[in-house]
Amino acid sequence: MSDDSPQHGYLRQAWLVILLALFYGAALAGVQVTLGPRIAENKLNETYEQVPKIVPGAEQTRTVPRTVIGELDGREYSVYQAFSTGGDHVGWVVPASGQGFADRIDVLVGIDAPLETITGLYVLGQKETPGLGNLIEKNEEPDDFCNRFKQLQAEPTIEVFKDEPPPGSNGIRALSGATISSKGVANAVNDALANLKGPMGALPDEPPIEPGVTPSETQQREDD
Amino acid sequence: MPSHEPTAAERFINGILPENPVYRQLLGMCPTLAVTAGMKPAMTMAAATAFVLIMANIIVSLIRGLLKPHLRILVFTLTIATFVTIADRVLAAYLWEMSKALGPYVPLIIVNCLIISRCEICSSKQGVGVAIADGVGMSLGFALALASIATVREVLGAGTWFGLPVLSETWWPTWGVMMLPPGAFLTLGLLLGLAEWIGQKKKQSSA
Repeated sequence: MSDDSPQHGYLRQAWLVILLALFYGAALAGVQVTLGPRIAENKLNETYEQVPKIVPGAEQTRTVPRTVIGELDGREYSVYQAFSTGGDHVGWVVPASGQGFADRIDVLVGIDAPLETITGLYVLGQKETPGLGNLIEKNEEPDDFCNRFKQLQAEPTIEVFKDEPPPGSNGIRALSGATISSKGVANAVNDALANLKGPMGALPDEPPIEPGVTPSETQQREDD
Repeated sequence: MPSHEPTAAERFINGILPENPVYRQLLGMCPTLAVTAGMKPAMTMAAATAFVLIMANIIVSLIRGLLKPHLRILVFTLTIATFVTIADRVLAAYLWEMSKALGPYVPLIIVNCLIISRCEICSSKQGVGVAIADGVGMSLGFALALASIATVREVLGAGTWFGLPVLSETWWPTWGVMMLPPGAFLTLGLLLGLAEWIGQKKKQSSA
């Protein structure tokens, strides 16, 4: 290759950018390896805190983490089996992720024990447009976005409508000006349920822990 | 080489008041308006911005001799984005609730013009010492601006400061609007006007 070739010219121009990109990439990988477990633990604690809010009757300390293999992609996922204080299996919490307008949206889906009806939805993480897409995380008023998923069926797939869903449909009304974010959440829920509903239904119903066991202890037992 | 580049002390002082990023340069308006409903988010944002600004200034100053003019903005952006990602991950690891409360505004530090402008104006032209002084001065100026707006909004809007009650609920009817976006615009406008008025007065008295 001669010194005048375009490739040589590009390298001579961009060597600093390439070197910096490699260096910064390595630094970010190091940060992720160091802080990733702590961030995952924060998410896990928040998941446990949300269990009683999205699965009615559930007791936080009686939540059991389970590992299931997705029937569509064959990958390993954590789901959470929710029990009441009396030990009755009252539902599930399924972590789900989907692509939003700006970035990945992470949600927790609450679903009843027979895996038929959605009991609640919580947005665990999102970086959608402030004032538009980020309204997906609102869950205070009955018409707030998260609450629109309550009482929907796990099957057929949840549809997103620009206006009020027609009677008899299994769908939600999209947020005005944030259709992509709304669809991102609905797709996350649909994909997770389609992938995990079957394997979750095959898990046992008995609570394997006694009341009062903390989530971290439960996780440790699962790991053991 | 220009006849006179500001010294480290001049850069430091300029950043705080004479060239305050918010009140004199109108830079960083997005976080200024979005995260100043309370002192806690405002100061977290100020700290994250300070980290990114100072680190970007140091790196850019160190490699300033290697920068190619037509690729410099790419290098600035790459550097800033790296430190913003680090700040975002650190907040998510150690201040989870605050990280969630700030939401997309931490990643949006990448597009804060204050940082790229300091890379362009100062650190790509001057040594590390001056770049650090510039970063610290500008960061203090930015923090001061956010603190002034957040103080007005939180005290009038919620009767608290850093979450601690300062106005009694019995006689202060909290102005809810101050916690909302209109409150941010009103406060910024009034404080900008005040800063300009003080600047004009100073000019007149020195003339």
